[in-house]
Amino acid sequence: MAETLPTQRRAVSNKAKGRTDPALVRWSLIAIALAFLALFLILPLFAVISNALEKGLSVYWEAITAPDALSAIRLTLLTAAIVIPLNVVFGAAAAWAIARFDFSGKGLLTTLIDIPFSVSPVISGMIFVLLFGLQGLFGKWLAARDLKIVFAVPGIVLATIFVTFPFVARELIPMMQALGTEEEEAAITLGSSGWRMFFRITLPNIKWSLLYGVILCNARAMGEFGAVSVVSGHIRGLTNTMPLHIEILYNDYQFVPAFAVASLLALLAIVTLIAKSLVEWKFERQLAEADQLGSTEGKA
Amino acid sequence: MSIEARNISKSFGGFRALKNVSMKVPTGDLVALLGPSGSGKTTFLRIIAGLDFADTGTVLFDGVDTTDRRAKERAVGFVFQHYALFRHMTVFDNVAFGLTVKPRSVRPSKEQVRDKVNQLLKLVQLDWLATRYPSQLSGGQRQRVALARALAVEPRVLLLDEPFGSLDAKVRQELRRWLRRLHDEIHVTSIFVTHDQEEALEVADRVVVMNQGQVEQEGVPDEVYNHPVNAFVYDFLGNLNLFHGRVVDGKTHLVEPVTDGRPHAEAVESLIFVRPHLLHIERETNHGPQLPARVTHINCAGPVVKVDLVSPSGQEIHAQISHERFEELGLQKGDSVFVSPRDMTVFPDPQRVAR
Repeated sequence: MAETLPTQRRAVSNKAKGRTDPALVRWSLIAIALAFLALFLILPLFAVISNALEKGLSVYWEAITAPDALSAIRLTLLTAAIVIPLNVVFGAAAAWAIARFDFSGKGLLTTLIDIPFSVSPVISGMIFVLLFGLQGLFGKWLAARDLKIVFAVPGIVLATIFVTFPFVARELIPMMQALGTEEEEAAITLGSSGWRMFFRITLPNIKWSLLYGVILCNARAMGEFGAVSVVSGHIRGLTNTMPLHIEILYNDYQFVPAFAVASLLALLAIVTLIAKSLVEWKFERQLAEADQLGSTEGKA
Repeated sequence: MSIEARNISKSFGGFRALKNVSMKVPTGDLVALLGPSGSGKTTFLRIIAGLDFADTGTVLFDGVDTTDRRAKERAVGFVFQHYALFRHMTVFDNVAFGLTVKPRSVRPSKEQVRDKVNQLLKLVQLDWLATRYPSQLSGGQRQRVALARALAVEPRVLLLDEPFGSLDAKVRQELRRWLRRLHDEIHVTSIFVTHDQEEALEVADRVVVMNQGQVEQEGVPDEVYNHPVNAFVYDFLGNLNLFHGRVVDGKTHLVEPVTDGRPHAEAVESLIFVRPHLLHIERETNHGPQLPARVTHINCAGPVVKVDLVSPSGQEIHAQISHERFEELGLQKGDSVFVSPRDMTVFPDPQRVAR
C-alpha cells in the first residue's frame, strides 16, 4: 500500500504533465481565441460606443430621445413583447409534441421548424408581401376590409415571428428528450393533474433551456433586419424598428445618432448576458448552500 | 386491496410484449414478477399503474373494473427503476409532492403535510436528509426517498419497477430485507419487478415467473423453486446441470449426448436438470443413474465446497458438497469419480422428441 501510493501519484502527475507538455500549443490556442474575440466582438463594441459618444453625452441623449428614435424603440419593444410569449407557447408545444409523442410526420415537423434558419430573411419577408401585399393572395380581400398588414405593425410582427420561432423549440427539444418522462409519470401517479405536473415538474426542469431560448429569441426579434425591412415600408415614426432606424440614420450620414441607437441594441445584448449569468450564479449558490446544510445536519 | 388482471395483451408496433396474461394478487401480498429482460414484466406493471394501456384485457382493483381509469385516479404508488426523483426539489418536497397536489378540498394543511412527511422519512430512516437534493444522495437513499414519496399518498397498491436494479450487491441485500420488514409493517398490496431470482425468492410471498410476454408459473417461492413446471422456470431460478437422459420402462438413465446421441426406439428422450447442491460425488459406481467424471477445479472458500468436473465427452458439471463430505472423500484435482443426482427434474427434450 505504502509503496503503491507514490507510484500512483507519480502516474497522475505524469499524466497531467503529458496533457500540458506542449505549452506552446496551449498558449497559442488561448491567444488565438482571445484575439478573435477582441477583433470581432470587443473592438466593434468599443467602436460603436466611442462613435456614439464622439460629440458628448448631450448629443447622445438627444439622439436617442428624438421622436423618431423613441418610436422605433417603442415599436421594437412592442414587437418583442408580442413575439416572445407566442414563441414560448409555440416552442413548448412543439418540443412537447416532438419529445413526448410518436406520430407520423414527426420528422417533417422537425424539419419545418428549421426552415426559418435555412431561408434568407429577405425571402421570409417577401413571403408576407406576396401573401398580404396589395397584389398578393389576400391583398384584395384585406383592402376591401381596410385591413393593413404589410407596411404596418402586423406585418412586422408576423415577419419577426417567422424568423424567430425555431429558437425556443430548438433549445427545448434536446433538453426534453434528455430529461425523459419518468419524473412526469411519477407526478401523475402521485395524483397530479397535467397542468400541475407541467408547472411544478416539467417547467422547473427545462427553465434554463427555456430562458436561453428566450434570450436568443429576444436578441433576434429586436435585431432582425432583413425580413422586417421588406415588410415595414420604412415609414418614419410609424413602421421603423431600431435596426431600420439605424440604417436610415446611417444612410443620411447622421453617424452619431446612428451609433447612439446602435449602442442601445448592443447594451441590450450585454444586459441579457449579465442577467443570464446572474440567475445561473444564484441557482448554483442555492444548491451549494443546501449541500452544506445537508452535510452538517448529517453529522449531527 | 386485491389486483386482478384478465387476458392482458399489448403490442408495441410488431412486437408482442404481453400475450394474454392473467394473474391475481390477493390483498396484502408482496408479489415478485420475475423474468429476463424483454419478458414483458415492466410493461405489465405499467398497465396495472395506468401508465400504459392494454390493447385487450381487463384490470380489476378489488373486483372493480379499472381498465380505463387514468394513473392519476388509480391511487397507485409507483417506484421507478431509476427513482425518478424530482431533481429540483429537496427530499422533503419530493415526499410532500403527492400531498400538495391533492384537490383543495382534501388537501392537508401545512402542519399536517410536515408531520406526515417527517413520519415517512423516519419510516425510511432518512429524516436527517430532508433538506438535501436528490443529486446529493446515494443510490440506496434515493430508492428509499422514492418509496417514501410513493407511500405519502397512502396508495392502495404499491408497484416497484426493478427496485434494487441499480444498486451494488451489498446495499441490494440490505435494502431488500428492509423492504420485506417494511411490507410486514404496512401491509400494502405490492408487486415488484425483478430479474434476480434470489431477490424474488427471498422477498416475495408469491413469485410469478414470466417469459416472452407470458406467465410460465405462479406460486409461493418454495413451490416455484422446488417444483418448476418447465425447463425455462428451472433454468431461470438457479444454477443447474443439464444432462441428457433416456427414460426406459419408467427408469431414467443418464446418457452422454455425444457418445450415445441416437434416439432409442422404446425410450423417451429427455432433459434432466440437477441443481449443483443435489449432485452426489462418489468414488465407486452405484449402478443408479450416474456419470463418470474427472475433477477439474475445487473451491473451498465459502459455506460449501464447489467442485467443477468434466465428463468423458467434455460436458462441464458443477457440484456443491459440504466440507465434511469433501474431507471424507479426500478429493484432489484430477481424481476420477462418479456423479449421481440425489434429486432431479426430468422434462421431455423438445428437440429430440421432434426429430
